[in-house]
Amino acid sequence: MLITCPYCGPRDVIEFTYQGDGNRERPQPASQNLDAWNAYVYDRLNPAGDHNEIWQHSGGCRAHLRVVRNTLTHEISSVAFARGDHKVAARHKAEGKT
Amino acid sequence: MSPRRTDAGGRVDRLRTIRFTFDGAPYTGHAGDTLASALLANGVTLFGRSFKYHRPRGVLTAGVEEPNALVTVLRGEVREPNIAATMVEIYDGLTAVSQNRFPSLAWDINAANQLGGKLLSAGFYYKTFMGPAIGPLKSTRFWMFCEHFIRRAAGLGRAGTAADTARYERMNAFCDVLVVGSGPAGLMAARAAADQGARVILSELEPHFGGSANWSGETIDGMPAADWAARAAGQLEGYDNVRLLPRTTVWGYYDGNTLAALERVTDHKERPGKGEPRHRYWIIRAKSVVLATGSFERPLVFPGNDRPGVMLAHAAERYANEYGVLAGNRIALFTNNDSAYRSALALKKAGAAIVAIVDVRTELSSEMRELADEAEAKSLSGHAVVATEGGKALSGIKVQRFDMTNGALAGEARSIQADCLLMSGGWSPTIHLASQAGAKAEWNAARQAFLPPKPTQQWIGAGAFTGSFSTAEAIAEGRAAGLSAAGGTGTPTALPVVEAAPGDPDPAPVFEIKADGKSFVDFQHDVTAEDVRLAHREGFISVEHLKRYTTLGMATDQGKSSNILGLAIMAEALGKPIPEVGTTRFRPPFSAVSIGSLAAERFGDLRPERLTPMHDWHVANGATMYSAGLWYRPMIYGHAGETIEQAYVREAKATRESAGIVDVSTLGKIAVQGPDAAEFLDRVYTNMFSTLAVGKARYGLMLREDGLAFDDGTTWRLGQQDFLMTTTTANAGKVMQHLEYFLDVVWPELRVHVTSVTDEWAGAAIGGPKARAILAACVTGTAVDNAALPFMGIVHGKISGVPVMICRLSFSGEMAFEVYSGAGYGTHVWEALIEAGKPFGLVTYGLEALGTMRIEKGHVTGAEIDGRTTARDLHLDWMLSKKKPFIGSAMMDREGLIAPGRLELVGLISLDNQPLNGGAHIVEDLDEANPHDSIGHITACCYSPALGKYIALALVKDGMARRGTRAHISDPLRNRFGPVEIVSNHFFDPDGSRMHG
Ligand SMILES: [Zn+2]
Repeated sequence: MLITCPYCGPRDVIEFTYQGDGNRERPQPASQNLDAWNAYVYDRLNPAGDHNEIWQHSGGCRAHLRVVRNTLTHEISSVAFARGDHKVAARHKAEGKT
Repeated sequence: MSPRRTDAGGRVDRLRTIRFTFDGAPYTGHAGDTLASALLANGVTLFGRSFKYHRPRGVLTAGVEEPNALVTVLRGEVREPNIAATMVEIYDGLTAVSQNRFPSLAWDINAANQLGGKLLSAGFYYKTFMGPAIGPLKSTRFWMFCEHFIRRAAGLGRAGTAADTARYERMNAFCDVLVVGSGPAGLMAARAAADQGARVILSELEPHFGGSANWSGETIDGMPAADWAARAAGQLEGYDNVRLLPRTTVWGYYDGNTLAALERVTDHKERPGKGEPRHRYWIIRAKSVVLATGSFERPLVFPGNDRPGVMLAHAAERYANEYGVLAGNRIALFTNNDSAYRSALALKKAGAAIVAIVDVRTELSSEMRELADEAEAKSLSGHAVVATEGGKALSGIKVQRFDMTNGALAGEARSIQADCLLMSGGWSPTIHLASQAGAKAEWNAARQAFLPPKPTQQWIGAGAFTGSFSTAEAIAEGRAAGLSAAGGTGTPTALPVVEAAPGDPDPAPVFEIKADGKSFVDFQHDVTAEDVRLAHREGFISVEHLKRYTTLGMATDQGKSSNILGLAIMAEALGKPIPEVGTTRFRPPFSAVSIGSLAAERFGDLRPERLTPMHDWHVANGATMYSAGLWYRPMIYGHAGETIEQAYVREAKATRESAGIVDVSTLGKIAVQGPDAAEFLDRVYTNMFSTLAVGKARYGLMLREDGLAFDDGTTWRLGQQDFLMTTTTANAGKVMQHLEYFLDVVWPELRVHVTSVTDEWAGAAIGGPKARAILAACVTGTAVDNAALPFMGIVHGKISGVPVMICRLSFSGEMAFEVYSGAGYGTHVWEALIEAGKPFGLVTYGLEALGTMRIEKGHVTGAEIDGRTTARDLHLDWMLSKKKPFIGSAMMDREGLIAPGRLELVGLISLDNQPLNGGAHIVEDLDEANPHDSIGHITACCYSPALGKYIALALVKDGMARRGTRAHISDPLRNRFGPVEIVSNHFFDPDGSRMHG
């Protein structure tokens, strides 16, 4: 399986660490809603098909990526930085700006 | 020359003699022989005993699909079981032994199993070992009782206990075209793709390129096919854009056109060359793949088809043409198709007498009649073999009239003397890789075979793999596939011209002859046709269930020779056509893969090591090094004649009496910097860090999101926006990822940067009553007295001219300091400290003494923060801030985490003055015969020099409430039982007066 890191290009899956279901929503830090916390900590989607996942390029730039991967075929249809504003940084890098 | 070796022909070098042993007996063979061909040449017919019935078995095939002739190869102390003798290339000194026999191959006591007949039929294990419902051997206990005896009788080779000393490698490779298989189709494909300029890898699981060309006896472009193949492979060697991989099995086809292959680099050598790995695991990313993997000949199912001397027709042809070995002198053949006639003629030409060709078909083509005549064979069309005779070798066969329209036998059985029976039940394309790649195979009624499906990944098939069994077709398809894979277009040059024996590729649809006696479908797992029918009668109608119930196709050969036969017999029992019964999908690996090759550089001498800056000093000064993860740390600095316990007791005692120094460079160190660094630490630690003054350190605890304890360590505030976090050695990487995840994904608005600086700093912890005096003697630029350097204070100064950062904190419970310097100066500073400490009796101490002093103090480490304990369980609830939320704060008070009955940290004192064991259980009532009702377990233990007793830390149910009571340790594995007293985990100096000074 290859994941195309927006910084580093296509890299083998061995360079990445799976960091879980990307659909989880973390409650506000002070939230006392145990059901919401329970859902965040334990509930995972397990779709047969496209899945929204977080992967860290731990053996490369260490950025966290939001990856849409088909769990049946391993086909990856999209990769973006999990941290929204990284997109800007990558574009700047691609355009040679600092 | 041995009786079975022909005078000429084949690729063996008759001038080079190789000496080897099989079951202790010396044999000779020639360079180029496999173990199977060499033993056959020596007249050996008995290679092993079968899995369940211990029936004598010979060699069935000449290649990777061999189910019978499995051997164990010994190299020194290392034993490699279950290797097909057909795949072992002999070398001087090869030591191989047969398997699954007791006491010897020729006289096997368990062969009596077969006299019982039905005793071990399908599902035997499931049915028998349900066991009685009550009593001492109820249910699974009965199985456990019987297992001991059965394991010995049933099974394959025995694994060794010696460590595998061989080296293994992994290799990533990239190419435009990967060609799997180097028969005529593969050679043509590789050449065509290479001529287009594509980067080509050609893999071949055998030692020699050429596939069927090496033994077909055909002529290509006017020369023997084997010579044509050798020339073609030789030409490919001259290409810069072609990599040839002999002895390389492509065993997995994964998504993204990623293929896995095993190269057996040195198995055929007496000893590996310098630095050579035994196996190399190739991960190949190919833009496109040409599958030219050929086909497997199928056996026929009839009584006695497993007797030594019964072999596949092409295998005998191969032994004769490729190795110059005759499988027999009086050979009979049994076939449902034309290919056996070519085999018969080849064996006749090699010098054997062909006594009969038994063919289930009534009508034979005139070409086949001519081939039979040329082989001087008696042609028995419309006949079938109904029995074989002989013991450890074949002596004859029985044939009867056979009507293939209804399977009926008629007339008197007649005997034919033969020492070898060759069978051919048609051919199955080797579609395993295509099936792995994701698509379902399609049944072809004419070929009586599953043909490869439409590609779902980037591959193209060629040759016998596609069901095109003639060499001319293979050559044409191979070239077309190579061109297409390389993105080229066809050139009109002429194809090589093939002269081959005629033959119809379609067999008669006959798989089994039903007559009395055991007819084997799966030779390796001893599954008979009757077992398959029994499974059907008992209601197993799905082919997947059939496989599991009968274990058909589940042996190490993965049913390469048996899958179709089992399916056909099942289909007949169900009264359904074969494609409706279905086929099973093939999964990786295609053939056995060494675990070592998958682990590769992660073990052995290629495994990376992490060494602290002072490593060489430790080794030079008598440290016994201990591997902790990738790190190496001093365990003890032992004196001559000391035991480990004596050494650490001396080191710990000296530290508490004067001073000791230990290398702490392995602790994880993370720079946490930025305007929001303090806020970030407040969120990740359970306690406050924003209130920490610059120049001070604080002990911190982290929880996981689920509220359980995660890691602990001290964090130093070096500046308003600059923190240095330390973590436990084992968790350094995990903590770093944890912090990065929250900064990148959860709180991207926080202006914080984290950097791993573990390797930037060398750390030495110096502790004991004299520690401050030693620092005062060597530190310049700062005072180290209580005012300048209070508990948890930080100062900067110099030691021997090198800048150092000193923090006063304590893990040992003594007045102690951690001295950090740039990693490159680590040894310099360490030596200066040692020198300054000499007048004060400073000792170096290792992990054992470190652990002893921390147990005496009751500090926790990874043994207690085990992923199941909470802060409260570890008495760290004083660190849980109520003023702010932090990671884990919402989940840590869940019902189950605060309920009574949890395991809590306590201390234990051995009351019988005997050592305690890590992992030992703790019980209220001792019952050595029947240990039960554990109330907890020991996490760490030592002899405490401070207390003069054997002590331990333990996690005990409701431990706090049990302090002052007695319990017992119960460790049946190590036979250690004894009384203990449960006490506080703070054994030594509980109010901390020593470290506060
Ligand atoms: Zn990257």
